[in-house]
Amino acid sequence: MTASHSVDTKQPLLQIRDLRKFFPITAGVFNKTVGHVRAVDDVSFDVFEGETLGLVGESGCGKTTTSRCILRAVDPTSGQILFRRKNDEIVDLAKLTREELQPLRAEIQMIFQDPFGSLNPRMTLFDNVGEPLLVNGMTNRAERTDRVAELLKLVGLRPEFMHRFPHAFSGGQRQRIGIARALSTNPRLVVADEPVSALDVSVQAQVLNLLLELQKRLGLTFLFVAHDLSVVRHISDRVAVMYVGQLVELAPTKTLFSRPRHPYTSALMRAVPVPDPRIPVGEVTLKGEVPSPANPPSGCYFHPRCRFATERCKVEAPALREPSPGHFVRCHFADELDLTTAF
Amino acid sequence: MTAPLLSVRDLHVTFGLDEGSVRAVDGVSFDVLPGQVVGIVGESGCGKSVTMRSILQLVDEPGRIKQGEILYRMSGPNGQGETVVDLTKLAKRGPQMRAIRGAEIALIPQEPMAAFSPVHTVGDQIIEAIQLHHRQWRPDGSGLSRAEAREIVVELFRDVGISMPDQRVDAYSWQLSGGLRQRAMIAMALSCKPRLLIADEPTTAIDVTTQAQVLALLRELQRKYGTAIIFITHDLGVIAQMANSVVVMYLGRVAEQGPVDAIFHAPKHPYTRALLRSIPSIVGETQVALPTIAGTLPHPFNRPSGCPYHPRCDERKGPECAARVPSLQPVDQGQSVSCFLHHDSSDTQ
Ligand SMILES: Nc1ncnc2c1ncn2[C@@H]1O[C@H](COP(=O)(O)OP(=O)(O)OP(=O)(O)O)[C@@H](O)[C@H]1O
Ligand SMILES: Nc1ncnc2c1ncn2[C@@H]1O[C@H](COP(=O)(O)OP(=O)(O)OP(=O)(O)O)[C@@H](O)[C@H]1O
Ligand code: SF4
Ligand code: SF4
Ligand SMILES: [Mg+2]
Ligand SMILES: [Mg+2]
Repeated sequence: MTASHSVDTKQPLLQIRDLRKFFPITAGVFNKTVGHVRAVDDVSFDVFEGETLGLVGESGCGKTTTSRCILRAVDPTSGQILFRRKNDEIVDLAKLTREELQPLRAEIQMIFQDPFGSLNPRMTLFDNVGEPLLVNGMTNRAERTDRVAELLKLVGLRPEFMHRFPHAFSGGQRQRIGIARALSTNPRLVVADEPVSALDVSVQAQVLNLLLELQKRLGLTFLFVAHDLSVVRHISDRVAVMYVGQLVELAPTKTLFSRPRHPYTSALMRAVPVPDPRIPVGEVTLKGEVPSPANPPSGCYFHPRCRFATERCKVEAPALREPSPGHFVRCHFADELDLTTAF
Repeated sequence: MTAPLLSVRDLHVTFGLDEGSVRAVDGVSFDVLPGQVVGIVGESGCGKSVTMRSILQLVDEPGRIKQGEILYRMSGPNGQGETVVDLTKLAKRGPQMRAIRGAEIALIPQEPMAAFSPVHTVGDQIIEAIQLHHRQWRPDGSGLSRAEAREIVVELFRDVGISMPDQRVDAYSWQLSGGLRQRAMIAMALSCKPRLLIADEPTTAIDVTTQAQVLALLRELQRKYGTAIIFITHDLGVIAQMANSVVVMYLGRVAEQGPVDAIFHAPKHPYTRALLRSIPSIVGETQVALPTIAGTLPHPFNRPSGCPYHPRCDERKGPECAARVPSLQPVDQGQSVSCFLHHDSSDTQ
């Protein structure tokens, strides 16, 4: 690990504590609440300044909802989202009102999966990329033009493209435009929700390289949400794994991939098809389906699919523990199981 | 050598649009041997789906097959004798094509929602298909009652790993989760015991753990029934696990094709080589720049002259690359390449 990637000396930029987001399930003509989707169900983690924290898990496990809580696109049900501002003041994003959040918008930005949906097709690149600047008070058009030109160059696009519309660009180029827009306000934290999932492999490589380079140059902090384990492994300093709304494991990337401690993490890794026909196809270790977050199983949410489950797992919910420094895991038997992978 | 079950020869498909015509498929050739899994890879828009839809004569308007043959070896009546038919010559909605769709060749289409009608239950739709192609289950020609067909569907659902199959049969497609819908689609595709299954990105919309189950299922079915499979995906990991042979497409043409081991361990076309380098591996070094392919995919109205890959090729041989279109030529055991680094033969344009 190089010095620039050493995170242990760094301070947390973001601290998420006991975050919950439940969506009501309503029924009948009076929209009576008949239950809750536990989309985010007791999630705690830190994001250190200058690092990339990868957040992985299968569809519906709560990755996007967690991101949306941080951006306050949805209001958390409970918990804290502590953010350290530029002046080292610590604020709880979960508690702030819309007005109080406004000055923080510049510091936290988002990159979306769908480069097509996140840009306004009727606005030129100048307006798309410059909009957050305008919102944040840069009313001088000439000043905005300079900044947009600079941002387009930063993401590898020609400044002359400024007056074109998004439809004239390929998927990879549109994702670059989305990145330029997110970086326009000099954010310190960038939440990227599946930023390369919609891209072809060769374009994906270009965008990943760009994100890595920008991080180095601008000292950005990334929360990188994805479901592709190879991509997350490639870009992240540390990786957090979610299952049915809960964080089940978090560790430095190399540790997580070489010595996972949660049976779900290990099964997830085994399920990734390796692009080498000489590596024999692994046995399918994970059977059944992911349970619904509206009706999670008793005890450990993973117990119906876990091959190590015991009676205790059915009744007692494991807490997130830290069996070795920096390695968090939510399993009763994390210390005993040997899940060493082939990687 | 075994005769191919399907042989696509120099297929050209064009979409005539107001802005101009798009050569979506521009001279594609490949073979599928009986019982084999052929993987097709290539970036978005390179013509994978259009090629597959051409096989079943399902190309959307205003698409037209301009040139080429799609030779399919049909099983004769009662499984006796075989005849080779050129599918491009059959009437789109004629009885022969209808008999082939589903019973001989089944397609799992790319858009999962498109496969089922929202107004009928999933079970009803499969039951109808089974009753239509009852010979596949009753070679003696006797019909199947609804109850009998329903029994088959329940059995198929169980085979594809759908829990509570007798209840799921009565569900509408929109009531099923993505993973279950995918399995129901596979059950539908298998319901008439096709000899060739075309799976167009069957696992793209589902999670890795579900994907692992679906892939295992397809491998097992292929072993059990000897079904040949054309498997389309942009995931090279899935290709490595599933395919016996691989077709790499670029801009409507085959760049390279060969046995899976050769494609991954001795790729010959510069595009295949670049593609393999650009994927982050689950074992390699992290946080380093990945090798990329220069430039972007040309717009379909702006096809480059000569070798379609030449503006981006990092191993470009010389002026011939921009002047002539390299043809697909065999260069090694079962491996063919469209590249002047390996031969000097070109196609007329
Ligand atoms: N606005 C909402 N109302 C009700 N339920 C919601 C809402 N948003 C999300 N959910 C539910 O919350 C759960 C978590 O969804 P979320 O989008 O956070 O998952 P995800 O991990 O991002 O999944 P994906 O990989 O598919 O993007 C899902 O069951 C989802 O259906
Ligand atoms: N209905 C249509 N009208 C016009 N052009 C079309 C139509 N369908 C496909 N095309 C064009 O044909 C080309 C090949 O499309 P095709 O769907 O076969 O690509 P693909 O390889 O399957 O891509 P993907 O990986 O995105 O599914 C594209 O350039 C596309 O724009
Ligand atoms: S707590 Fe029990 S069921 Fe849950 S992951 Fe650990 S061993 Fe498996
Ligand atoms: S023909 Fe020329 S441009 Fe095309 S792939 Fe071969 S070397 Fe590259
Ligand atoms: Mg999401
Ligand atoms: Mg397609």
